[in-house]
Amino acid sequence: MNTVTDPGVRREQVAVALQHVLPARAVLSAPEDTRPYECDGLAAYRQLPMIVVLPDSEAQIVAVLKVCRELNVPIVPRGAGTGLSGGAMPIAEGVVLSTARLNRIVRMDATSRTAVVQPGVRNLAISEVAAQYGLYYAPDPSSQIACTIGGNVAENSGGVHCLKYGLTVHNVLRVRVATIDGEVIELGSEALDAPGLDLLSVFIGSEGMLGIVTEVTVKLVPKPATARVIMASFDEVVKGCHAVAALIAAGIIPAGLEMMDQTSSRMVEPFVKAGYDTDAAAILLCEADGTVEEVEEEIARMSAVLNSAGAIAIAVSQSEAERLKFWSGRKNAFPAAGRISPDYYCMDGTIPRKRLGQVLAGIAAMEVKYGLRCANVFHAGDGNLHPLILFNANIPDEFQRAEAFGAEILALCVEVGGTITGEHGVGIEKIDSMCVQFAPSELEAFFSVKRSFDPAGLLNPDKAIPTLQRCAEFGKMRVSGGALPFSHLPRF
Amino acid sequence: MTSYADFSDRIRAASAAGTSLRLRGGGTKDWYGQSLQGEVLDTRINSGIISYEPTELVITARCGTPLAEIEALLAQHNQMLAFEPPRFGAASTIGGVVASALSGPRRASAGAVRDFVLGAVLMDGRGEVLRFGGQVMKNVAGYDVSRLLAGSLGTLGLILEVSLKVLPVALREASLQFEMSEIDALARLNAWAGQPLPISASCWHQGVLSLRLSGADAAVEAAQRRLGGEATDDALWAALRDQTHTYFSGSSLWRMSVPSHASAIILRGEQLIEWGGAQRWLKVDDADADSIRRTVAACGGHATLFRGSDKHVGVFHPLAPAVAKIHQRLKQSFDPAGIFNPGRMYAD
Repeated sequence: MNTVTDPGVRREQVAVALQHVLPARAVLSAPEDTRPYECDGLAAYRQLPMIVVLPDSEAQIVAVLKVCRELNVPIVPRGAGTGLSGGAMPIAEGVVLSTARLNRIVRMDATSRTAVVQPGVRNLAISEVAAQYGLYYAPDPSSQIACTIGGNVAENSGGVHCLKYGLTVHNVLRVRVATIDGEVIELGSEALDAPGLDLLSVFIGSEGMLGIVTEVTVKLVPKPATARVIMASFDEVVKGCHAVAALIAAGIIPAGLEMMDQTSSRMVEPFVKAGYDTDAAAILLCEADGTVEEVEEEIARMSAVLNSAGAIAIAVSQSEAERLKFWSGRKNAFPAAGRISPDYYCMDGTIPRKRLGQVLAGIAAMEVKYGLRCANVFHAGDGNLHPLILFNANIPDEFQRAEAFGAEILALCVEVGGTITGEHGVGIEKIDSMCVQFAPSELEAFFSVKRSFDPAGLLNPDKAIPTLQRCAEFGKMRVSGGALPFSHLPRF
Repeated sequence: MTSYADFSDRIRAASAAGTSLRLRGGGTKDWYGQSLQGEVLDTRINSGIISYEPTELVITARCGTPLAEIEALLAQHNQMLAFEPPRFGAASTIGGVVASALSGPRRASAGAVRDFVLGAVLMDGRGEVLRFGGQVMKNVAGYDVSRLLAGSLGTLGLILEVSLKVLPVALREASLQFEMSEIDALARLNAWAGQPLPISASCWHQGVLSLRLSGADAAVEAAQRRLGGEATDDALWAALRDQTHTYFSGSSLWRMSVPSHASAIILRGEQLIEWGGAQRWLKVDDADADSIRRTVAACGGHATLFRGSDKHVGVFHPLAPAVAKIHQRLKQSFDPAGIFNPGRMYAD
C-alpha cells in the first residue's frame, strides 16, 4: 500500500477506489456534501469526515469494507445519527458509512412474529407495519420516530418499557454482519438460539466497532389490548423511590415506571400542560398493560401500594387520550429543557435504585459546585438516571463546567455500584469515564474482543474503549488494591 | 473482594505448564458437551450468595453456590429464576447453570439464561480477575462479555461470580391440555403466541398439547375461558424442566432448535415439542446425524446431540468458517494457553 500523506491526494485516492465499487451518487467527498455528517446527536463534538458513502445493498457494504481494508481507511458506521454519545462522530481521515439507504422491510411474518429488516429501517416504522397483525417491536427509545434498527443494535437501545419488555438484546433474534474482512456472517438465528458462543450478545451494544449490520431479524410481540397509567405525587423524592421498591416487592412489574423530580415537572408543565403537580417533589408514572380485566386488577394493586408508600395524590388515566397526556410531559422532557435553557447535556448513568437518594443529594451538591442547574428524569424501574444539565454554550467555560459536572455524576454512579451508561453508549462522550469504571486488564479484554472481530482495528476506532495511554492522561484511573495502575506508562 | 488467589495460582501454573483444566461444579452435566479433558478444578469451594436485593430484582452469587440454595432463597421472597434452569441433580451450581445456558419450559415467554445475566466476574487464562457488566438492569459500558459467558461451557475462563436478574413468581398459574395432532398444535401455538395470552410454557407429546398459563388472576381466568381445554396437573412442567419425564429415559436424545413456526419435522424417532414449537426433542437410537442436521438446518435451525454415548458425529452443530475464526480468536484472547475445558464445545 502506498502511504499518501497529503490529505487532498489521499481523499482522491480513496474516493476513486470507492467509486469503482459504488454508484457515483453514493460517494460524497465535497465538504458541502459531507457537512451534514459532521456530528450525531452529541452536537458539541464535530468533525468533517474525509468521505461519506451511502451503499444501498449488502454487496455494496462488503465492497466498501474491502476497499477500506485494502487502503487502511477507518470506517465510522452511522444510522440516523440520533445517538447521544458521539458514537457516529466522524474521523478526519476516515469514511462514514451511512446505512440510510438500506431502508427496506424485507419480510414481516405474523405467524413467526418476526420482521426481517435492513439496518436503515426506522424503529417506529417496524411497529407501524406490524400493527396490522396486532404486533409491535417492543424497544421504544425516545428517538424511535427517527432512529434506525442498525443504530439500536449498535447501542443496545432501551426505552420506557424495557423493565417489562427488555432491551434490544432481548428483542433481536439474528443479525447479518459484514466483517472487516469482507465476509458476511450470521449471529443468532431465527430459532431461539444458535450453536457455539453467543456472539449475538456481544455484538449487540458494540457501538459499530465489531462489524457492519446488513440485516436484522427482530421479534414482534402482541400489542396489549389496553394500557393505563397512574400518576402519583410524592412530597419527597426518596418516598417515590421507596414506592418503586414496594411495587416490585409486591411482585408487580409495571409496563412503564418513570420518575421526574420537581425541576423537571416545573420545566415541562408550562410546555405540555400534562397536568403535573408542580408542588410535588417527585412524580411517578406507573403503567399497567394487558387485557382490560388484567389492567384493572393491576391498577388496583398498584394504587394500593402507592398509597401505602405515602403518595400524596394519585390520578389514574381514564382514557387513551389522558394516558398519552400523562406521558407527554415525560416524553417531552428533552424539548422542554431546550425551551428553558439554550443548551442541555443529557447524562445516562444507571444505579442500584436504593442509592437514588444518595445520588440525587450528590447531584444537588454538584449544582452548587458547578453553578449549573440539573433536572432529573429517571427510568425508575431499572435504575437508569437521565440528569439534564442546563447550560449556555455561549458563556465562556459553561460547556466545560457541564462536562465536568456530567463526569462527576458518572463517577458517583460507579461509586455506588452502577454504570456510566445505561442505554446511550460510551461513544466519544464517556470514553474517559470508562477509565473510572474498568481496570486496565478489563479494558485490554475489551480490546481483545475487538481484535477478534476486527483485527485491523478499522471499525469505529478510538470510540467506547479508551487506551491505557488515554486513561493515564485522563488521570482518573481506578486504583485497585492500593496499587497505582499503568505504572509502566509515562506520565503527563 | 475475595482475592481468588488459590484459583489464580492454579490457573497461572496450568497456563505456564500447558496443563488442561476441567472446570466443574456439581458435575450434574458431565454428560453434556463434546468431551471432558484435563484435571478437575472444582468450583464448589467458591460458594455463597454475595448479595440479594429482592426490590432491585438482582441476585449475585459465587459460581459454586448450589442452584437449590439460590432457588430456596428466591422462593422465600416470591421470586424466581425465570429461565427455569434444569436441575439434573441436587449438586447443580449456578456457575454450571450459566456456563451451560440451558433453559427450561418458560424460555419462550420469559427468555433464556443470557437474557438474565447482568454481570459476571471472570478469571481468564492469565489468572486475572475481570469484571464485566454489573448489578444493574441497563448497562452498555463496554462489550457485553458477561452475556457471552452464558453457554461458553467454561471455554473462555472460570466464571467466579455472576449477577442475575430475577422476577416475581406469577400470582396465579394453571395448566390446560388438549388432544391435538402435531400439525394442529404447531399452528395453534404460533397463532396464540401472536395474541396477548399469558402462556408461559407448552408441550406437545403423543397427541396431547399442554399449556401453562401464568399471570394476574384476571388474565389467567380470561385465558382459561377463551382457550377451553381440560384442566391438568402442574407437575408436568417440573418433569420437563428437570427431564424426569418418562420421555427422557432413552440413551440418545437430540435437541432440535428451530423457528417456532417450522412445520412438523419428519424424522425417524419420537418427538416432544416445547417452547411453542421452537425446541423439539428427538429420541432415536442409531440416528443418522447428517440427515438430522441437514433436515433441521433446512428449516432454519440447528441440532445438538444432547445425550448420547457416541459423540464422534459432533455434539454441536458445525460453525460457518468465518464464525469459527472469531470463536478461535476469542478463545485465544481469554485463554491464550488453551487450558480451559479444551474440546468441551468443539473438538480442538
